[in-house]
Amino acid sequence: MFRFALGRLFQAVPVLLVVITVTFFLVHSAPGGPFDADKAVPPEVLKALEAQYNLDQPMWQQYLSYLGDVVQGDLGPSFKYSGRTVNELIGAGLPTTAELAFYAMLVALGVGITAGVTASMRPNTMQDYIPMSAAMIGICMPSFLLGPLLVLIFGIHLEWLPVSGWGDIPGDKILPSITLGTAYAAYIARLSRGGMLEVLTQDYIRTARAKGLSEPVVIAKHALRGGLIPVVSFLGPAFAGLLGGSFVVETIFQIPGLGRFYVQAAFNRDYTLILGMTVFFSTLIIIFNLLSDMLAIWLNPKLRQEIRGSN
Amino acid sequence: MRYSHNVYLRFSDSVKLTSSTLFKGIALFGLLMVLTSCGTSENNVATGNRTGTLHWGNGTEPQSLDPQIATGVPEHHIISSVMEGLVGKDRKTLMPIPAVAESWEVSDDLKVYTFHIRKNALWSNGDSHTAHDYVWSWWRALQPALGNLYAYMLFPIDNAQQYYEGEIENFDQVGVKALDDYTLQITLGNPTPYFLQLLDHYSLFPVHQTTIEKFGAADERGTRWTYEGNLVGNGPFSLSDWKINRRIVVEKNPLYWDAENVKLNRIIFYPTENVTTEERMFRAGQLHVTNDIPADKIDVYRTQKNPALHLAPYLGVYFYRVNINTPHLSDRRVRRALAMSIDRESLTRNIVKAGETPAYAITPPGTIGYQPPQELGFDPEGAKQLLADAGYPNGDGFPATEILYNTNEAHKKIAVAIQQMWKKHLNIDIQLLNQEWKVYLASESAGQYQVSRAGWIGDYVDPNNFLDMFLCGGGNNRTGWCNEEYDRLILEVAPAMKSHKERLAIFAKAEKMLLDDMPVLPIYIYASKRLIDPSVKNYDSNLLDQASYKDIYLDGESPVTMQVDK
Repeated sequence: MFRFALGRLFQAVPVLLVVITVTFFLVHSAPGGPFDADKAVPPEVLKALEAQYNLDQPMWQQYLSYLGDVVQGDLGPSFKYSGRTVNELIGAGLPTTAELAFYAMLVALGVGITAGVTASMRPNTMQDYIPMSAAMIGICMPSFLLGPLLVLIFGIHLEWLPVSGWGDIPGDKILPSITLGTAYAAYIARLSRGGMLEVLTQDYIRTARAKGLSEPVVIAKHALRGGLIPVVSFLGPAFAGLLGGSFVVETIFQIPGLGRFYVQAAFNRDYTLILGMTVFFSTLIIIFNLLSDMLAIWLNPKLRQEIRGSN
Repeated sequence: MRYSHNVYLRFSDSVKLTSSTLFKGIALFGLLMVLTSCGTSENNVATGNRTGTLHWGNGTEPQSLDPQIATGVPEHHIISSVMEGLVGKDRKTLMPIPAVAESWEVSDDLKVYTFHIRKNALWSNGDSHTAHDYVWSWWRALQPALGNLYAYMLFPIDNAQQYYEGEIENFDQVGVKALDDYTLQITLGNPTPYFLQLLDHYSLFPVHQTTIEKFGAADERGTRWTYEGNLVGNGPFSLSDWKINRRIVVEKNPLYWDAENVKLNRIIFYPTENVTTEERMFRAGQLHVTNDIPADKIDVYRTQKNPALHLAPYLGVYFYRVNINTPHLSDRRVRRALAMSIDRESLTRNIVKAGETPAYAITPPGTIGYQPPQELGFDPEGAKQLLADAGYPNGDGFPATEILYNTNEAHKKIAVAIQQMWKKHLNIDIQLLNQEWKVYLASESAGQYQVSRAGWIGDYVDPNNFLDMFLCGGGNNRTGWCNEEYDRLILEVAPAMKSHKERLAIFAKAEKMLLDDMPVLPIYIYASKRLIDPSVKNYDSNLLDQASYKDIYLDGESPVTMQVDK
């Protein structure tokens, strides 16, 4: 397992290098620069600004010095937010985004697995159709629709919950977590139903039933571990997706997370911030994929055998 | 049977990933969330009214709170709460009123201003606030390395431009002198009637030398001196908390010279980027004042006669630039025909709808008493004739023309309306091209457009601020239009005029030259749009949409009255 993880991490280095290189040249070749504004920037000022951020150097030199900084963990200063470093901005947004992703994941897992398992217990009956139709709606319902809808109902009409913010007013974390979690809940419901249906036809389940075990015990003790493997392998990408894809929810609910910075950075041509965020998210995705693979191996004896065999 | 059942249940308890532990987790999570949601009986507005805390929707996260680096309106709001210039503005009329300077004299030739600084004005750390602070601050503002985009605001001062551009090396030659600790003398290159107004622009606010030098070189960008705990200002409030993308809190500054008249204890600025969310926050009582209103909500508030709705004229003009280097647009008859076939009345009434008024000139009417020439109103027949004279009778043979705008729903609606008006009245084909903001800026600056959307918001209330945009080769001209006589009127004749009236007459003459040639098609004068809770008192809408935070107070008790802005 350790060698497997080490090997995967080693493979990540060229992947990250490609990501940095492509992003670097893409953002620099996009039309417009970080200091363009509707009020014309006097040439003296532009020169001073470009000198300050090394934009007056040849492109390859900028690229190399950027790479050098990244290796040392320094993602550079933000062009737009004068006086802030990219590390600082990521540090400011990450705890919020991670917390949001965590709660959304709890919602997704709780609702998704319950719905999926319930549906798989009596396939092709109403007990299957109702949760699965709800899941389909959840997948199709974009968060920019669900969010405002929840806000209108629970925030404005019923006045039960705050309509925006994160950690400012009690209860303001509920609606964003549900909004972000719903699409993933729907997906997890479908995955767990599929996984469970496959497992429930296996011989060892028949054996368990033949032993006279009650259905809840069969499900909880025997079927879940195998049936949830598709969900587990989805967790890594899902968590990375929750972290990087929370922009819409962060905007709707005025949440000071990372997603808003990422999108604004692209609009502002804040080169270092775009690059820094891309490097950061790429690293996260690589790590989460690795973690979910490791979890899947731990859960699945067949995979464990394969790894041992190949070593 | 029962026995085995229990055994298995115990087994399943020890397995981590089972449904029962999961259900427990979910139940716990739900319970926690419900528990934390209890006790939300009072909203921000109610709490704020009790504690003197103003909750302010501020648009975006500020780029910087360094007054010599910042350039935007959200930055302006915060900076003007924590810093103050020599001269302030009356919150209704915008006329200059004493601020840090308790009085001033102007010489007979209108070139020498002598300011007397209050002896009780202090920095928020208790340091004394003197005339030398201004000399140093403006020296810093003129360092090219700082990248101050508003350096030109200081150019009316004698030799400031020459110093900034490196023609003069010695700052002593620039017209800023501290005669003693409390007397500041400023010498201008030419009489500049709007000079007192400039002193209330944040780029001319004083900055605290010791603090800036503690965190880096004087002309270094992006040091940490503007952060909470570091920032030393001289305004009615001082910065107490800055959570990125979350909120900025300023607290009443007890050392402010007029602290006894400051009524609020605290202002919280929120980066309300999404206008729809902001409106929901307002409805839920999380904000006292919004930065904007969603366009489609204005009619709703209007129909309800909702006292929160505040619409007021704003010193800005929405217009189209015409690239006169485009062959078929180089004929001014064509440009005039385009201008005359835009029905601005219908556009402002049916499309933009938020109290904007039709514009027939680049300078908003009434800018310190200035009335621009109002020519070329809506005249489709005359426009048709002009187009025929230019060689395109009934639009025949008129090349396909493109309107460029930055991607935005509101700009699109206007462009579509104008496209239809030109089709209907001139029978010409117009295509629409939208580009992302920075791409659009690059295209426009490079002259790669035919007709392009633009907007201009005044920094100070004077026609000069609008008309000097179209000087030959000016950075904000971008139309290719150049008229040396126009330049002479703006740069030489107008500043030398002795009376306000004569000066305005020169501006009117210049603006008429601009409008005769029509390198720009004025469309409407902006309106400021805000939702303001009726408990907010002493907030007056003005042309610059500038709030006077030291005067505002909150009163949730008084009866709600309809507030009408003229």
